[in-house]
Amino acid sequence: MTFFDEMTGADGVLRAPYRIIHDWLETSPPELLEARRAQAEHMFRRIGITFAVYGEKEAAERLIPFDLIPRILSQSEWTRLEAGLKQRVTALNMFIADVYGAQSVIRAGVVPADIILRNACYRPEMAGFRAPHDIWVHIAGIDIVRVDDKDFYVLEDNARTPSGVSYMLENREVMMRLMPDLFMRNRVAPVENYTNDLLSCLKSVAPVSAPGDRTAVLLTPGQYNSAYYEHSFLADRLGVELVEGGDLFVRDDIVYMRTTRGPQRVDVIYRRIDDEFLDPLVFRPDSALGVPGLMNAYLNGNVTLANAVGTGIADDKAIYTYMPEIIRFFTGEEPILKNVPTWRCRDADSLKYVFEHLSELVVKEVNGSGGYGMLVGPHATAQQIAEFALKIKADPANYIAQPTLQLSTCPTFCDAGTGPRHVDLRPFVLSGANGMRVAPGGLTRVAMKEGSLVVNSSQGGGTKDTWVIEDLHHDPL
Amino acid sequence: MLARSAENLFWVARYIERADFSARMIDAALRLATLPKAYGGDGNEWVSPLAAVGNLDLFRKVHDKQDQNTVFNFLAFDRENPSSIRNCIANARRAARAVRTALTLEMWESINAAWLELSRIESERDPKNPMSREEVDRFLDFVKAISRDFDGAAYRTMLRDDAYWFNRIGLYAERADNTARILDVKYHLLLPQSEEIGGTLDYFQWTAILRSVSALTAYHWVYRESVKPWLVMDLLVQRSEMPRSLVSCYENIARYLDLIGQHYGQQGPSQRLARSVHATLVNSSREEIFQRGLHEFVTDFISSNNRLSGMLAEQYFPS
Amino acid sequence: MRIAVRHETRYVYTTPPKSLIQILRMTPRSHEGQHILSWRIDCDADCHLKKSEDPFGNITHTLTVNRPLETLTLTVEGDVETYDTAGVVRNSVERFDPLVFLRETPLSAPSPLIRELAAANERADTIDQMHQLMVAIRGRMTFDTSSTDVHTSAGEAWELGSGVCQDYAHIFIAAARCSDVPARFVSGHFFRSDGVVDQTAGHAWAEAYIDKLGWVGFDPANGVCLLENHIRIACGLDYLYAAPVRGARMAGSGESMSVNVSVGQTSMQMQT
Repeated sequence: MTFFDEMTGADGVLRAPYRIIHDWLETSPPELLEARRAQAEHMFRRIGITFAVYGEKEAAERLIPFDLIPRILSQSEWTRLEAGLKQRVTALNMFIADVYGAQSVIRAGVVPADIILRNACYRPEMAGFRAPHDIWVHIAGIDIVRVDDKDFYVLEDNARTPSGVSYMLENREVMMRLMPDLFMRNRVAPVENYTNDLLSCLKSVAPVSAPGDRTAVLLTPGQYNSAYYEHSFLADRLGVELVEGGDLFVRDDIVYMRTTRGPQRVDVIYRRIDDEFLDPLVFRPDSALGVPGLMNAYLNGNVTLANAVGTGIADDKAIYTYMPEIIRFFTGEEPILKNVPTWRCRDADSLKYVFEHLSELVVKEVNGSGGYGMLVGPHATAQQIAEFALKIKADPANYIAQPTLQLSTCPTFCDAGTGPRHVDLRPFVLSGANGMRVAPGGLTRVAMKEGSLVVNSSQGGGTKDTWVIEDLHHDPL
Repeated sequence: MLARSAENLFWVARYIERADFSARMIDAALRLATLPKAYGGDGNEWVSPLAAVGNLDLFRKVHDKQDQNTVFNFLAFDRENPSSIRNCIANARRAARAVRTALTLEMWESINAAWLELSRIESERDPKNPMSREEVDRFLDFVKAISRDFDGAAYRTMLRDDAYWFNRIGLYAERADNTARILDVKYHLLLPQSEEIGGTLDYFQWTAILRSVSALTAYHWVYRESVKPWLVMDLLVQRSEMPRSLVSCYENIARYLDLIGQHYGQQGPSQRLARSVHATLVNSSREEIFQRGLHEFVTDFISSNNRLSGMLAEQYFPS
Repeated sequence: MRIAVRHETRYVYTTPPKSLIQILRMTPRSHEGQHILSWRIDCDADCHLKKSEDPFGNITHTLTVNRPLETLTLTVEGDVETYDTAGVVRNSVERFDPLVFLRETPLSAPSPLIRELAAANERADTIDQMHQLMVAIRGRMTFDTSSTDVHTSAGEAWELGSGVCQDYAHIFIAAARCSDVPARFVSGHFFRSDGVVDQTAGHAWAEAYIDKLGWVGFDPANGVCLLENHIRIACGLDYLYAAPVRGARMAGSGESMSVNVSVGQTSMQMQT
């Protein structure tokens, strides 16, 4: 099977954005690359960028493999992608506001009522709520893949608490420290203002009742969470307190944090805790991570949660299949980014097709994430396929199926030198009362194993720095 | 500042200081263990460090013999011993991770690097096969370097605000506790009448302790005399120029608490207690201390010092 | 029927909590089957009580106490005039499409045995089917206050074969939803016709949505439809959505709770 390689194209002709990287790879001895790679790893480990893998003990703090070779997008490619991302996130926000409000999307027959109302990600607790400035998804991570040099496909929308942005930022810093000469030869759009944009986004959505000097905090489940490093990194860059549930309390529907000077009012909570754990009085009563009374404060408009509660309805995989219609319905425009063709197993015809083509398809649980609970047909054994078929049969509505995408590859440094590895891209889209912003590039995830299509960090995937470079490139050397 | 952050900053410093103290106590015991019995090597040298770090009872519950290797492993690596060096470093790192954003990169790196190195040593170590003396020395030097590195990083890189002050208060509260514990364990050697019965035995015990807390040279500079028990007491309790003395620790604690009080525009019970402890230390004459009983004096001090931690928790780290 | 309710909840702590916060769903609304004549909530501690409404239309009170307390007593008292509506709940506050009440929740998730129960009682007529279901549940379950607690799920209770009214209601809801009949949990009080006034807990039952009729109350613990004897207080997807109290406290320990309920008929004299 041949794949679209972002450096050499489908036909082996060097693509313009990669010209300098190609030269650099040609002229750099492998020992130099290896030395730089070791240096990078050392830097990551020293600053403590680790990733705890679910199901493993504290001791298993791992580094996500970092690949030295940047992934490159030209400015014109990026411009198109950025427009598509903004369009999509605009639609996601309008969709969520509608789901918890007028429900015109149901009445117009765009999305069947039961897919929304019976969805585990739909939160009846939010019905009738109007999010401040009608923004629900303040931070979105949209997973993008490409299969050729024309189209971008959206693989998944992440509208709950998308993670990975710290890697985007750290990768760039490490690259600039290790290979300043490469940056001399390419004009790369900076990403470092992301945290600045995020802070102004968060402050822009503070409740109207908030005092002039608005206080934002980042709420983490704590240091044993797999993304804790990212939480502390972001809190640091944002200059906000990194709080745990126990640091906050609610009095008269106002949220306060416990400080050494006594209680201090909190106006915006960038929460990295799932909905179900936010408030034991409303959601899971056994949650020790949340803040009792938080939902009351929130629903009464005295604190803003980012992202809003209930946004999971927008990144649900069953809803995903309706995204093109949703975009048309709310924006009146044709979607700029494509959806991966998807079969909904809840429909009898689709189910039949899926059963007939299991060995070619990727089947996912509607509510699964992180690459768990999925079947990659072409890579599965007959027994694995048979077992998965039983699971689908037991609960068809819980599954969707997609063709095995021929994900593009990028040159990646590996044991045997440099080879093509499959990649995806997670750009981060910020929506505030002050408008939308997308950090140029995003996080490129790469499947480090040859031929593997699984890029998730929990499954051994790595990351790359992602560059958006000027189109008309004049080599200064 | 977040109450939990202040609390963690306080504890990071305490744990690091405690690890340092344990390393120094092991050092002193090793030195005594090389001496013939007539010079103080009484075969019980390993009881003192256990008592000084406050874990003699726990140790006796788990182990029946007090040989060098068993005690060393217990003090250095035992996961069941809450103040083993290993656990102190692990706890310091856990507290540091929780306040990662309140630490400077240099402070975090010093703790994280220490933890990584400790994990390496731990994984390469065979608990049944005792470390060679050389390995032990290298390990103890490594532990002592951690506190120097961390304190240096804090001193050189931290903003002088409440984060720094809470961190320093943790350091001095722990150090005061440690000094008091040495005095408590060895108080019988400091009684005035022990001058006669002590002799060379005490001399070596005390020089080992003084050396281990880097105070032997200081002693000579301050007193220009041979080692005398009451002067040792004076040095470790009342000499403000001696950085480990109780007075010096409380001078610092009172000062940092005052800075916090001024910064917040509010004083509280912690400030009042720190000042009163400091005043007691400064105003008691050597004779009064012996009159009252050194043991009682030290025990009172330890409990006041503990009370201060409780008050800090109530006043600044409410949960 | 005119019913007088007094519902007292008392908490005792060995170590007083520093503060506590509770969401109370203890206040009924009027609808066609019940008219609230008077109703009030009292708290014996120095507290803050804020009235509001949850997304299901239930009246809530948020109770906050910001000082240490050793005991806390909540007293709810009221008079309600009830009417027989043949089990149908009309003119109640409805905020959702009945489809929402097909959602599964952890407490009301169907187990394989509950699916079997649902399948075994399928009938052409939904009303008939729900009656059948109610009878089947009551036939197999034994009322026992010691075998389950508030965390027991429908599946667990059905397997145990015993439980309290809340478990009966959860089983009913889970089975009804298996048959695609929207169903919900209701908490309230029940006037006993046998003359027993004092009770140790409130009551709970279920409602099923029947096309053309609307919401109909089924009380599987008593084996009856909604009667004049029922006072309907709150409803939701399961117990957690309609619980009289959901609370959390800061610090403190050794909490013990006791509940005294008396549900009696108001004498004619008092009515005048």
